[in-house]
Amino acid sequence: MGNPCAVIGVGQTAYKTKRLDVSMAGLLREAAQRALEDAGLDWADIDAVVIGKAPDLFEGMMMPEAYLADALGARGKPMMRVHTAGSVGGSTAIVAAGLIQSGVHDRVLTVAWEKQSESNATWALTVDSPHSTSLVVGAGGYFAPHIRAYMRRSGAPDHIGTLVAVKDRQNALKNPYAHLKIPGISREMVESTPMLWEPIRYLETCPSSDGACAMVLASESAARSAPNPPAWVQGTSMRSEPIFFAGRDNVLPQGGRDAAADVYRQAGITDPRRELDCAEVYVPFSWYEPMWLENLGFCGEGEGWKLTEAGATALDGDIPWNPSGGVLSSNPIGASGMIRFAEAALQVRGMAGEHQVDGARRALGHAYGGGAQFFALWIVGSDKP
Amino acid sequence: MPSSPNHVLEFPGGYTRSVGPVIGRFLSELRDGRLVGVRTAGGRVLVPPTEYDPDTGAAVTDEWVEVGPAGTVQSWSWVPNPRPDHPLDRPFAWALIKPDGADTALLHALDMGEFEAGAEPPRFLKTGLRVRPKWRAERGGGIGDIECFRPEVTMINAPTRLEYTLDPGRALSRFLESISQGRILGHRCPVCDSVIVPMKGMCSRDGVPTTEEVEVADTGTVTTFAVNNIPDPRAPEVPFVSAYILLDGADLTMLALVAGIPADQVRIGMRVKAAWRPREEWGPTMNNIRWFEPLDEPDVPFERIKDYV
Ligand SMILES: [Zn+2]
Repeated sequence: MGNPCAVIGVGQTAYKTKRLDVSMAGLLREAAQRALEDAGLDWADIDAVVIGKAPDLFEGMMMPEAYLADALGARGKPMMRVHTAGSVGGSTAIVAAGLIQSGVHDRVLTVAWEKQSESNATWALTVDSPHSTSLVVGAGGYFAPHIRAYMRRSGAPDHIGTLVAVKDRQNALKNPYAHLKIPGISREMVESTPMLWEPIRYLETCPSSDGACAMVLASESAARSAPNPPAWVQGTSMRSEPIFFAGRDNVLPQGGRDAAADVYRQAGITDPRRELDCAEVYVPFSWYEPMWLENLGFCGEGEGWKLTEAGATALDGDIPWNPSGGVLSSNPIGASGMIRFAEAALQVRGMAGEHQVDGARRALGHAYGGGAQFFALWIVGSDKP
Repeated sequence: MPSSPNHVLEFPGGYTRSVGPVIGRFLSELRDGRLVGVRTAGGRVLVPPTEYDPDTGAAVTDEWVEVGPAGTVQSWSWVPNPRPDHPLDRPFAWALIKPDGADTALLHALDMGEFEAGAEPPRFLKTGLRVRPKWRAERGGGIGDIECFRPEVTMINAPTRLEYTLDPGRALSRFLESISQGRILGHRCPVCDSVIVPMKGMCSRDGVPTTEEVEVADTGTVTTFAVNNIPDPRAPEVPFVSAYILLDGADLTMLALVAGIPADQVRIGMRVKAAWRPREEWGPTMNNIRWFEPLDEPDVPFERIKDYV
């Protein structure tokens, strides 16, 4: 894993439907500035910048790294862009961590964002090539059949998705940055919303958000002078797999299992449910909580929904999932993965505010993207590995 | 409002009006493309100026202040159907606009862009909107030297168009050639023995080239599906069903429409058959198959398809 790497700064914008008051550069700058303040650093202290966003067609922005160099104080410094669809926020953080772990840099700024109000994800996800041999249906249309297959395979009762939709929105009420805040959110409320892509109901999907998230990562020596407690990176892992191939498990993809096994091995974890204190996991449709519980080894296959049903993943459960409210409450697509990673860091730094999990010392950050084919995970802890 | 007058009274040439030093200064500045206000003894800046302070009745001072020209909408009234003598011939707003640096607002026309006659006011027209004057090129010293006000620029449009020449490649070309003859082709992987439809000339799992062609049936089994309640131009109606279908003889499912059955009766394990478009419409495209329709056969038990979901 190389040299120790610490998260010493986290910055987020509030996630909102529309941030028409700022340019894209202004949006990122806001998150980056807050991360620098948390780290007690200024622009000149940063050695390199790593950014990530959703695919180019979402906002029609090609080569954002060229446009954004000034806004991120990157003139004359190494700057790169990472590109792994919806998991990009996570893999961007991992690439940035790699620059510290390799000993190349001491302080790296990493930023991910999306301005969905000026983007068109549905269009971008349904552009068709003249030689396409399969129906092209947007994100909900793509994931709904796999959720149905999970329900059939596991025998999960219909209301499990509703429980997650309620739980994550209850958590969001404690997070000042969260987009969807629905006071009094209840099962009845979720169940009264229409089916968009059956079995997915309206309130079982994520919102469209504008927002950015940034982190400052530091080497051991640089972390020593940080004003706030660091989160130490204890493991990172990425995997990918093709979207269509014979024998693919679309419900619990091999890439997800392998990435989880890899990151647990690095962190010395054999029982994630017991050894982790909380997890921020990419759940854009409520049913993906029980599915990822299984894929990430928090329980056996077919058992994930039982953990959700028993309240194990609630803020007061034994393994809280998405105390921040998760992707179901805020979804600036390109940033959503980095928000998971950053929220995991905030938890082990004891800086998560009202949604802090008491005494959290080790947390998982997770992101996935494409047709559930790109996976990025990290484990952060209050102890240096 | 009568459609046209039946009597007109017009003073030849128009009356003359001496404007005096205060109004005269304001109009002269307008002609030069500047917006100014006059200060009262109490320190307020009046735009447009009055000769005497409406609060105290005293003469205003001779101190002039350049204001704006940008300002903020204080209040507005939408005109969905402009009259012939209105300053704009499309829907617009009359607005009270307070120029930056002024303590009063002036009334002017606010052009919100292109709207059909009778349109509702746009949602972005609201108190607090930032606006700027559109000056006429030729000015004569009148409030009409400002043609109208317009919102400040807050958004630009970036048209994007990319042109490609796409080549499907060898394997997919063969597939498309066969589909244009009503046949569905796949490749058998020499390592895992899977039949990959449509073929790509390789097995993604084993990373080996594939060449052995296998024809598969146009019948198959629904492995899983979604009921879509959001309209799609390719779908027959809402709700429509998109389903993963395992064609008989294939080892890879494909996503396709299912129709010819109410959405709430589609099942995992349901047997289906391709509904082809009329032969004369066939081309090298999967669209030759309009959708899949139910076959009158018993459902396949989940056990037999569970490894394909
Ligand atoms: Zn193979």
